[in-house]
Amino acid sequence: MTESVMIKDAVCSFCGCLCDDINVEVAEGKIQRVRHACRLGSSKIMGHSRMQTPMIRKDGVLQPASFDEAYRRAAEILLAAKKPLLYGWASTSCEAQKKGVLLAEEVGGVIDTTATVCHGPSVIGIEEKGLPGATLGQVKNRADTIVFWGCNPVEAHPRHSLRYSSNSCGRFTEQGRAGRKIVVVDVRETRTAKNADKFVRIDPGCDYEVISALRMLVAGKGDVIVDTVGGALKADLAALAEMLKAARFGAVFFGLGITHSKGRYKNIDNALSLVADLNQHTKFVIMPMRGHYNVGGAGQVLAWSSGYPMSVDYARGAPYFNPGETAACDLLGRADTDAALIVAADPVSNFPRETAAALSKIPVIQIDPYENPTTLLSDVVIPCAIAGVEVEGTAYRMDGLALRLRKMVDSSLPGDEQIIAEIIKNIRELRQKAEGGA
Amino acid sequence: MKMIIKGGIVYDPANGIFGEEMDLCIDQGRVIEQAGGEVIDARGLLVMPGGVDAHSHIAGKKVNTGRIMRPDDSRLGTEPRSGVCRPSTGYTVPNCYAMGYRYARLGYTTAFEAATPILEARHTHEELAEIPIIDKGALTLFGNNWQVMECVRDKDIPKLAAYVAWGLRSARGYGVKIVNPGGGEAWGFGANVKSHRDNVPGFDVTPAEIIRGLAEANEMLRLPHSIHIHFNNLGKPGNYTTALETLELLKDIKPGRMRQVVHVAHMQFSAYGGTSWRDFESKAPAIADYFNTHSHATMDMGQLLFGSATTMTADAPLEYGNARLTHNKWSNHDIELEESSGVVPMIYFRKMLVNAVQWAIGLELALLVRDPWKTLMTTDHPNGSPFVNYPEVITLLMSRAKREAEMATLHEQLPNRTTLPVIEREMDWTEIAIMTRAAPARILGLTDKGHLGVGADGDVSIYSIRPEDVDAARDHALVKKALSSALYTIKGGVVVAKEGRILAAPEGRTYWVDATVPDADHDRLMPEIEDKFAKYYSVQLSNYAVQDAYLPSSRVIRAGLSVEPAKSARTLAEVA
Repeated sequence: MTESVMIKDAVCSFCGCLCDDINVEVAEGKIQRVRHACRLGSSKIMGHSRMQTPMIRKDGVLQPASFDEAYRRAAEILLAAKKPLLYGWASTSCEAQKKGVLLAEEVGGVIDTTATVCHGPSVIGIEEKGLPGATLGQVKNRADTIVFWGCNPVEAHPRHSLRYSSNSCGRFTEQGRAGRKIVVVDVRETRTAKNADKFVRIDPGCDYEVISALRMLVAGKGDVIVDTVGGALKADLAALAEMLKAARFGAVFFGLGITHSKGRYKNIDNALSLVADLNQHTKFVIMPMRGHYNVGGAGQVLAWSSGYPMSVDYARGAPYFNPGETAACDLLGRADTDAALIVAADPVSNFPRETAAALSKIPVIQIDPYENPTTLLSDVVIPCAIAGVEVEGTAYRMDGLALRLRKMVDSSLPGDEQIIAEIIKNIRELRQKAEGGA
Repeated sequence: MKMIIKGGIVYDPANGIFGEEMDLCIDQGRVIEQAGGEVIDARGLLVMPGGVDAHSHIAGKKVNTGRIMRPDDSRLGTEPRSGVCRPSTGYTVPNCYAMGYRYARLGYTTAFEAATPILEARHTHEELAEIPIIDKGALTLFGNNWQVMECVRDKDIPKLAAYVAWGLRSARGYGVKIVNPGGGEAWGFGANVKSHRDNVPGFDVTPAEIIRGLAEANEMLRLPHSIHIHFNNLGKPGNYTTALETLELLKDIKPGRMRQVVHVAHMQFSAYGGTSWRDFESKAPAIADYFNTHSHATMDMGQLLFGSATTMTADAPLEYGNARLTHNKWSNHDIELEESSGVVPMIYFRKMLVNAVQWAIGLELALLVRDPWKTLMTTDHPNGSPFVNYPEVITLLMSRAKREAEMATLHEQLPNRTTLPVIEREMDWTEIAIMTRAAPARILGLTDKGHLGVGADGDVSIYSIRPEDVDAARDHALVKKALSSALYTIKGGVVVAKEGRILAAPEGRTYWVDATVPDADHDRLMPEIEDKFAKYYSVQLSNYAVQDAYLPSSRVIRAGLSVEPAKSARTLAEVA
């Protein structure tokens, strides 16, 4: 029996909280126990059934293949394509994402991230108005008023409240939860709402109207507002506006309830404007609740490589960005892509049905540790080691803070970065061969 | 690889060479006495050391925030992938690749990022590593740091020095940057400090005490660079008094190395007179007079040029003000326990009097300070203008005719607000070589940069200008064209750019400073740091410091209490 080793302060690579206080007990090359992580993080770190062998579709059936065969087939597919889509990237390291950008350049493809069906509208809102934000520790140390709008951290980011927000304690917030006012705005009474001091229930799809009303109230122009706005009583919103203005340090966290309801990026534009307005009265910051642990990093890597944080089209050799035209769903929706590489994502489960159906009509390469519905329509499947558990790397927390992911255990499988590097190598070899032959 | 650059007219002011025809030899990346190998024909052409930018915002969170919030900017300057080059995008906020290629095209081979919080240094190094060709480093922000303010409050300079050393090591940083000291902490609750004598809320210290404390710690550690400061009240009418009073605070501090004790960042933004934007005027003559009569301070211009810019700074309240003033989009980013920051796009207009006066102030400063070793040519990229416009600034310094032609297009009230119209000085190539090469290297303490003596880095720029034939004052358009695209840029003995084409994109090095302190001071410090991580930081101490993986190619400069000052360095007085 080998002795167990305790890895301290490991970073959890599940959600955008990137909790970095995880202790992991490892014995005989296997993770035995995970401490401090939430259920979601624990489950990821402990692991579950994995794909072990690459597969290539032959005669309509996925059949086991070697890694070299899979790399070569993937390279052939990408080389043959006129405009391949390289999609996913949210649940892998920045090192893999950097290689992904290089691959997109090499094959003249379009690279897009899961943000496109997540906080993509937030990014567009930020392009309109900027992002008045802060690191999570600033919220922990200072915020006496916190608003959760269209998000439910109790279930989606379970340790957010204890580490960073409602229940955290800091220099100017020694009383923790008792010294804070928590506000939840949502269309239903979530578990987060049950822990709130004030819950404002609004009608689905009415976020824009409610934010506009709040902006008028904050600006002292409440007299133009009707008695109910988006299902909320004017008096209730007026009380909320006063509460926000009375904050010493306020923070707004928002989720998909506002990015993907009616109005989309306009909702975010308006929310960002509300926060800018509030800064004329007190200190206020705002932050998207990023879901996948490194969807933030994907945006950062793309921005410093291409100038744009998502949906970047390299078909012309230089980066081109026009969401509505160059996002993954746009391409698939108008059949403007003829091959797809899916890395660390499951578009078949998450895309609109017609868009997912479009994927079934083109060759698909999947790189993922797990089998998921996207596997079923893939033509090449390459299993990988898990970043942050079996491979080191970098990830960016929801507030944009970069952290170093640890390697906890060995894996016989290659990491995403290595796999993409191998595919690039194969593409270069095939190109050279073709040139030599001609 | 060996190389000989033949027959150039060499300007190497650090070694007393002011336009002499001579050959330069490079081997294994360094200047040597004699070599054969590849011959570069530079007969009659202007040859200088590779350019050194001591203050530029080229990497990290605020730069990337600029890119993310400005897709309009990323659409400018687009170049497809070709040859050794990856794609380029952006004008004021270029992507990482464009940063490297564009500096190289200008003949620059070194650039330092001017402001990085320790907590976010990992991100800065991720971007620095992606910038090709040039050598680089990053200054580390200390001016609003809780640990710093507590050491200053306790008047414990040895402990502060231990923290600065620990912070630089954690951030893999190069020097001590101070931005609106105390103001960033006050901004945590939406306030600011109004003078260097204000109390910082909650910390019982003043900005003046923070600045002096950090200067003393900086000199105790004998860091290669001095403190590098962005003053309180930057960007506000009447702020020149804050500048002068802050400089006075530091004049009796003894430098730990033979150099300045304070470098003032982008002086232009702190040389303002008037009581409001209505009676706004230049106080550059008063500032220049101070620099002419004191030897403890250096500055960089922070020249403003008309057109598009992206303002980005750790001075977050300033950026909020910019956003309110211009009704433009506004990003803010507070960094727990350490800093605040902001980003706002900006356009400077010729016909707006305030902008015209700002433009004039930068030039006045450079032209009125007699000693070019004290004044670096910068635009505070991309705050005053993107660095690609350096040739415009250089030609303005070299040609009064160009300045006059430019002034004719500006707001008609300009002559009442600045002395620029009566300034006759036209700089020569020696002065330009000092302001863009020799002085930034010396001010940063980079002994292998900014000169071409034996043993120096083999970084050379050659321009299609015959300094002996061309009158830069008259032929400024030709000079600007030639400076915009070096005939050759040689980095570490490799031709990286030729006539605007990038021929090679080697990886640049990242400089950082490792300073030693007595164990006793370090041991007194650590429990306080551990306490801050236990109670206040949102990350664990063990995940805080930048790991080796983020510096694939680094150059460590040793400093600290057991290190003797570099003997080769000369004082400003000796040089002047």
